[in-house]
Amino acid sequence: MKQNDLILQTVTKVAAFVILLFAVAIFLGGHYSPGGGFVGGLMTSAAIVLLLLAYDIKTVTKILPIDYKLMIGLGLFISSLTVAGGLVFGVPLMTHVYRYIDLPILGHISLHTAVLFDLGVYLVVVGVTMTIIQTIGESE
Amino acid sequence: MFDLLLKIALLGVSLSMIGFLYRLIKGPSVPDRVVALDAMGINLIAIVALASIVMDTSAYLEAILLLGILSFIGTVAFAKFLEKGEIIENDRDR
Repeated sequence: MKQNDLILQTVTKVAAFVILLFAVAIFLGGHYSPGGGFVGGLMTSAAIVLLLLAYDIKTVTKILPIDYKLMIGLGLFISSLTVAGGLVFGVPLMTHVYRYIDLPILGHISLHTAVLFDLGVYLVVVGVTMTIIQTIGESE
Repeated sequence: MFDLLLKIALLGVSLSMIGFLYRLIKGPSVPDRVVALDAMGINLIAIVALASIVMDTSAYLEAILLLGILSFIGTVAFAKFLEKGEIIENDRDR
């Protein structure tokens, strides 16, 4: 029997973007305020789970054609590349560098290589969570 | 004076939390328990907000939004499980 989930789907269309924006905000603000890659990744997967609740697996894979197992590999690759970057410059592993740079619109900000490591954490967390949820949801 | 007001508010929210806990344990049907859990989540947001005023910090503001999102998603998942028997469908046009 088909059921009409109009209210849930309309709320999801608005709320999923708010949750995604919140996830990006706490991911980027992780250096100066509570948050970071782990919570940001969990919030991103919460937004995708909300989409999965309102629609179904087939529709969501059509909206976001992402292979989450590949995402885990990409995240691990980025993180290990950031860690191994110290080998090139002859400093210990996991040595991070930062520079203060003047950008046209954003102004005087610091660019830190730790955010690249955090990006790897973010991708791994999203990939693992979505792989677990989709694998459990697909089984009949 | 303001500190006393905050403590009275915290006490009131805690008392309502005990009321919801009673409904959660005693509730005759499952939807009663789900509604009690949802309201407990909202109460928890109020407690975190009041506690962050008491401790004079803005570090917990992310936790407030996080609790709101998680409580909403959890309630939606429970409601869908009660209505359809499965939380994530494979293909809805069947």
